[in-house]
Amino acid sequence: MTKEGVMKTIDYSLYYGDFKALNGITVNIPINRITAIIGPSGCGKSSLIRSFNRMNDLMSNSRTEGTILVDGEDIYSQDVVRLRKKVGMVFQRPNPFPKSIFANVAYGPRIHGIRDKSKLAAIVENSIRDAALWDEVKDDLGKSAFSLSGGQQQRLCIARALAVEPEVILMDEPASALDPVATLKIEELMEKLKRKYTIVIVTHNMQQAARVSDFTAFLLTDSERAGNLIEFGPTIEMFTNPVDNRTEDYISGRFG
Amino acid sequence: MRKNKKRFDTAMKYSLLFAALASILIVLMIGFFTFREALPAFRDIGLGKLLTESVWRPGQGQYGILAMIIGSGLVTAGAVILGVPLALGCAIFLSEIARPNLRAIVKPCIELLAGIPSVVYGLFGMVIIVPIVRGIDVPGNTGFGLLSASIVLAVMILPTITSVAEHAIRSVPKEFREGSLAMGATKWETIQKVIIPGARSGIISAIVLGLGRALGETIAMIMVIGNSVIIPATSTGNPLSIFLSRARTLTGNIAVEINYATGLHESALFATGVILFVLIMIVNSSARYLMSRGSLGKNC
Ligand SMILES: Nc1ncnc2c1ncn2[C@@H]1O[C@H](COP(=O)(O)OP(=O)(O)O)[C@@H](O)[C@H]1O
Ligand SMILES: [Mg+2]
Repeated sequence: MTKEGVMKTIDYSLYYGDFKALNGITVNIPINRITAIIGPSGCGKSSLIRSFNRMNDLMSNSRTEGTILVDGEDIYSQDVVRLRKKVGMVFQRPNPFPKSIFANVAYGPRIHGIRDKSKLAAIVENSIRDAALWDEVKDDLGKSAFSLSGGQQQRLCIARALAVEPEVILMDEPASALDPVATLKIEELMEKLKRKYTIVIVTHNMQQAARVSDFTAFLLTDSERAGNLIEFGPTIEMFTNPVDNRTEDYISGRFG
Repeated sequence: MRKNKKRFDTAMKYSLLFAALASILIVLMIGFFTFREALPAFRDIGLGKLLTESVWRPGQGQYGILAMIIGSGLVTAGAVILGVPLALGCAIFLSEIARPNLRAIVKPCIELLAGIPSVVYGLFGMVIIVPIVRGIDVPGNTGFGLLSASIVLAVMILPTITSVAEHAIRSVPKEFREGSLAMGATKWETIQKVIIPGARSGIISAIVLGLGRALGETIAMIMVIGNSVIIPATSTGNPLSIFLSRARTLTGNIAVEINYATGLHESALFATGVILFVLIMIVNSSARYLMSRGSLGKNC
């Protein structure tokens, strides 16, 4: 692991066909901290966060320039299966599989070769506990994941991600489909998780970024509609004393 | 102006309603007349005897269709065993693996199969499949029989199963796919563990629809199955040799004999039709049931 950060991008650009969605992003994601990616809709927040675990590879028209390092190694010279085991992801809409609660959490470990029943059970329990969901589901592990509420489903998805023991958890607007109470639970959970994991969260909600994150990256589109990194720094400084005028406009615009 | 529009709407509504009612009426009428013609057979022979007697000798007043039921059952089973893996393979290939440009070539080809007339499948079976099957060295094997018929039928049900199953696989939300891949699952693991289970009810109904189509197929079967009214039997120690036996299907029985049948014989053929009708109705409504249950299950 590199000292300054578990993940960094160096002059990273992303294209969808001829369209440049991200332009020369250089950012260093600090280890065991929560980093928020903010910016107006369409500025490339999802594109950036999906770059870290190579989810953009699924788009047949995507192409990259520059470098992303995870644990000091170029992600394109790593095995994608191992990379995604290391860099887990939670999506905007809760997406549990149409399986039981247990099978959802056991999915990753099973994929990665754990067959032993008691071992699986232990992993499932620990992961659900870490996702602050255990007390609510411990008697219903055999029930369909769809029987849970939206907020519970999202915490289940977090548990599912934790079950493969990642180093990083990427969250793309994980609470945007949830009510305020469920959102608060997710935010509290993140606070707890950052002791063990490096977390990157995309959010369009300024207050949320201010509440939960230690560092913030602000993206904005340029005249060609490509996303650029305008400012990166500790969240407190960025919200109280932004360096760039555009950051100030964006933050104050949303607050005022 | 406004009034005219309204009148047009009303007229449209009633003519569409009429069209819908007409189609229901036609189905009812087919059911009614087939059943009416079959009535003497049900009365004089009895449903029980029809279904359980294995001898069909209309000249001597023996009207058992058990051999044909078994013939239809075996040829359909054979077609499903051969056709389903192929069709599911095609469906997975089209929906998950093929790039758009390759899919644009393969999909119309498979759909084209659905447009080929049955009789052409029959010719294909007689000229290509039967001679190949004849090459299997087993006493009494003429090439005409269940195996040839199953192979032809497997190709015939391929487009139905492929397109319904492909649709089911495509309707699995992409969030499941992404969720699985993001866990570090490979494409194949994702297909196997998330996508196919997610599309299960649709895939089952695809198979059942194919089954219904297989049960109803007539002319192609007549051309390759041999049409002997015997209960198919093995000819060697190998149980699979049963598929080299000649047989006759329920549909074939009607089509082959209806031109010269009279009296109770004719009525017995109509009764065969009624039984087929009921069988296919059961198959199709179970397909519909499975589909409706599947779409509900996804949301709750
Ligand atoms: N698969 C794709 N193909 C083409 N353009 C895309 C694709 N995904 C996203 N984009 C475009 O890239 C830009 C950034 O999108 P996204 O990363 O989703 O923004 P955000 O998450 O900040 O709203 C948008 O202009 C969007 O239309
Ligand atoms: Mg987004």
